[in-house]
Amino acid sequence: MKRPEPVQVIKTRRDAALQSLLQGVPYIQFMGFKFDRRGDELTGIMPYQDMLIGNPMLPALHGGATAAFLETTAIIELSWAMMWDRMEAGEDVAKLRLPKTIDFTVDYLRSGLPRDAYARATINRSGRRYASVHVEAWQDNRSRLFAQATGHFLMPSPADTPADTES
Amino acid sequence: MSNEHQVKFAAQFIKALPHAVSLGMEITEIADGCATITMPYDERLVGDPETGVIHGGAVSALLDTCAGASVMVHDSGPIGTATLDLRIDYMRPAKAGEAITARAECYHVTRSVAFVRATAWDADMDRPVATATGAFTIQPAKPAKVGDAK
Repeated sequence: MKRPEPVQVIKTRRDAALQSLLQGVPYIQFMGFKFDRRGDELTGIMPYQDMLIGNPMLPALHGGATAAFLETTAIIELSWAMMWDRMEAGEDVAKLRLPKTIDFTVDYLRSGLPRDAYARATINRSGRRYASVHVEAWQDNRSRLFAQATGHFLMPSPADTPADTES
Repeated sequence: MSNEHQVKFAAQFIKALPHAVSLGMEITEIADGCATITMPYDERLVGDPETGVIHGGAVSALLDTCAGASVMVHDSGPIGTATLDLRIDYMRPAKAGEAITARAECYHVTRSVAFVRATAWDADMDRPVATATGAFTIQPAKPAKVGDAK
């Protein structure tokens, strides 16, 4: 039987794959979104910045910033799930295409406070062409969501992924 | 007709939104429950580096801002608004290098809710990049008396 890989090798590989996914997207860097990884579970983080404010009088986060954070979390979760098996098999996953948003509906439950926000996405259905994803976002309390969203995504066709055309 | 003061207030209010400013949004038209806002092309907002296409999140922020602005200049004269829900449909990627313009229309309001539809285009005005429909809260100019609840 094959010996299990050393834990540090696994962690380095997974973190590198996740970072390559994030660093390739200028907008993610611009907004300052981060992702925390525990095994295959991802938590999106939107660290507070003044430029995320929409209503300076309250103050409250801009609905558009919240929408962008939820949408990014959904896309990263989908991409991550899509690349997981290949990454674990040691393939180069840096070149995989990202899913495209078809539609995205954000439900604003309470105003976003001027502090860090967190989000987790659940893939409710993922087929060859379409995927449906739900995202929940919260700030101080996990059970008190300040926004949630559902979206449909077009999955990249296998022809778009260089790794596939080689095999 | 929305009055001059209302339009001025709304235009200034939007100029003071840090997130709208950071995305470079500019109001080109705002009155009578309608708003048009342009967001210039910016490499920092790219979602797909291979194509240079702007990230959907930035388009969402533009549509949300524009929809909120249209509520602010509705005839009913609300003094504030917040998004209750917003659905965005992405028709096609915006062309790399081109500014994105959104136009929103607040087509109905009740005492507490405003209904808005919005469309975004790049230079090709015949084919929308994205459309949105949303419901917004209304903060009426004269708050209803609710007793002296502390």
